[in-house]
Amino acid sequence: MIWLNQIVQGVLLGGYYALIACGLSFMYSVMGIINIAHGSFAVLAAFALFVLADRFGVSPFVGLLLVLPAMAAIGWALQRLILQRSARAGVLVPILSTFGLSIVIDNLLFEQFGADTRSLAPYIGSFSYDSWSLTDDIDVGYLSALVFAAAVLVLGSLHLFLSRTPLGRAIRATAEDPDTVGLVGINARLVNATATAIAMATVGLAGAALAMRATFDPYAGAPHLIFAFEAAVIGGAGSLWGTLLGGIVLGVAQNIGAQINPQGFFIAGHGVFLAVLFARLYLADRGSLILSTLRRRA
Amino acid sequence: MNRENISVERWSRLSVGSVAASVAVLLLLAAGPAWFDANVIDQLTTLFIYVILAITWNALAGYGGLVSIGQQAFFGLGAYGAVRLADAGVSVYFALVLSAFMVGLVALPISAFMLRLKTGEFAIGMWVVAALTHLLVNLDTLVRGETGTSLIALNAYAAETRHALTYWTALGAMTAMLGILFALLRSPLGAAIQAIRDDDAAAASVGVRVMRTKRIIFVLAAVGIALAGALWLATTITFQPKTYFSVQWTAYMIFMVLVGGLGTFEGPILGAVIFFAIEAWFGQTGVWYLVGLGAAALLFALFLPKGIWGWVDARFGIRPLPVGRTLRIPVTAIDARIQATAQGTQQMKPVSARDPAL
Repeated sequence: MIWLNQIVQGVLLGGYYALIACGLSFMYSVMGIINIAHGSFAVLAAFALFVLADRFGVSPFVGLLLVLPAMAAIGWALQRLILQRSARAGVLVPILSTFGLSIVIDNLLFEQFGADTRSLAPYIGSFSYDSWSLTDDIDVGYLSALVFAAAVLVLGSLHLFLSRTPLGRAIRATAEDPDTVGLVGINARLVNATATAIAMATVGLAGAALAMRATFDPYAGAPHLIFAFEAAVIGGAGSLWGTLLGGIVLGVAQNIGAQINPQGFFIAGHGVFLAVLFARLYLADRGSLILSTLRRRA
Repeated sequence: MNRENISVERWSRLSVGSVAASVAVLLLLAAGPAWFDANVIDQLTTLFIYVILAITWNALAGYGGLVSIGQQAFFGLGAYGAVRLADAGVSVYFALVLSAFMVGLVALPISAFMLRLKTGEFAIGMWVVAALTHLLVNLDTLVRGETGTSLIALNAYAAETRHALTYWTALGAMTAMLGILFALLRSPLGAAIQAIRDDDAAAASVGVRVMRTKRIIFVLAAVGIALAGALWLATTITFQPKTYFSVQWTAYMIFMVLVGGLGTFEGPILGAVIFFAIEAWFGQTGVWYLVGLGAAALLFALFLPKGIWGWVDARFGIRPLPVGRTLRIPVTAIDARIQATAQGTQQMKPVSARDPAL
């Protein structure tokens, strides 16, 4: 029963991973850029919610009404000021520039907030620990379930947005060929900035989930970038729903690993990522995992 | 145009002179422990380690086009290997070097599938490898988790002898890495590596063995960085996994290479010296120093992606340590039409046209 519980909790944790991964794979599929500062932005959003709750008594759920548009604005600026210029300079420059940006964000947060670990759990009352008891051993937390539902909602909306709306079609067309879309009247820069803004809003939501579910500190961005990346790559095949599957595989592997060995949580996570990567590279020889699969979706 | 007069220049008077000068400086440095006090010796040892980090990361990223954010995996493994080998009774300074070569062997299977990833996937994929390596090293009872351990074997040497020996090992390692990379990048393999960086499909079509070439540069960079990690252990003696497997090492490498000059031979050496000076002046400011490093890396990536040396090279064409080829076309051989149009005085200096790919 304890194993079943670990699997259930792993699936719910996977919802969080899918939430943080979807912005990463969305940006990669549209612009071919992996934003190394992705995790740092999630932590930035978490700190923003923390300040709102701690200094101004704003509930984190209400705070999202401020933070999500702010994150979208940051995304827009990120694209116009940094990514656009980086992408022009070649495939390596975006990695270097966003890595530099992540160091700046992490250390500015450290300068402002110090090394203390924080959580938003105290600001959402009993919601952080209330749960439904399914059996004697298995509890499903309200919060975990909400995060999972949010992930499904975000992934579903993104899917519908990309397949049904004119802007979604413009984004997909730009992903296919940013030069040619200009011929049919699509402004690729505008489309990319919009896509980055959307991706950053999902990062803001992921930051809120991270901060309510667990603790965070100024340097938490790096591990969460890695989790997001792993979920995106594991889930690679098929559609955006693959990201959800990837998150679930990662979460379940981690929870089972933790049950075996105290260090097992992270080792099992990285292990399953490498195993999936290995299998995919040798079973089906694909050049670029996320890109090739995401281009085929929707 | 008379083709006879066009030549491909691999050495210039400047470069012969600067290579000779570099050798002279290295020989003088070899006598360092006789002149400098312990503090200067330690500082220079640190500088040598930075140079190794910078030139090997540049070989990987600047020449090979492989940006890795996980090179701390090899830095930590180099130090860990030295601890393990010394614990097994291997003579401690030999253990430092042997450890680096063993890390090279570990890098081979890693390269087999990491190198099949593209750009950003490779970059973060390597980060995952580093995180996993860190966790696995922590499982070793000798390391005692994050508590870490020490290279106790070094205590067998008197402090002064130890500083001198570490200094010479670091100087030797740096000289060897510089020599190997200089020779390698000047060889046909060097051209092949850069061809792959610029377009791997095109490189393969002219007969470059893409995977094998990438693997050579990847393993060589791993060995260099492992050597740097082992040497760092020799200077600090304590081995705490968290410090060695920190992504900060990669941040330092990226800073040195981006500021000095990505994809130039001289640039990263300059970058290491700049980083060394900045750390000496601002290292105490802690967080702001790191913010500055990150901001500098960001700004250089955006506005001067070839770094300071790339700018110098483009502006003045100075190449003290040339690894490429410079095409020399004497003015007298240039199409007479140009002279007819110019109607000017004939210049005596040859003009040079450079092939950016070489």
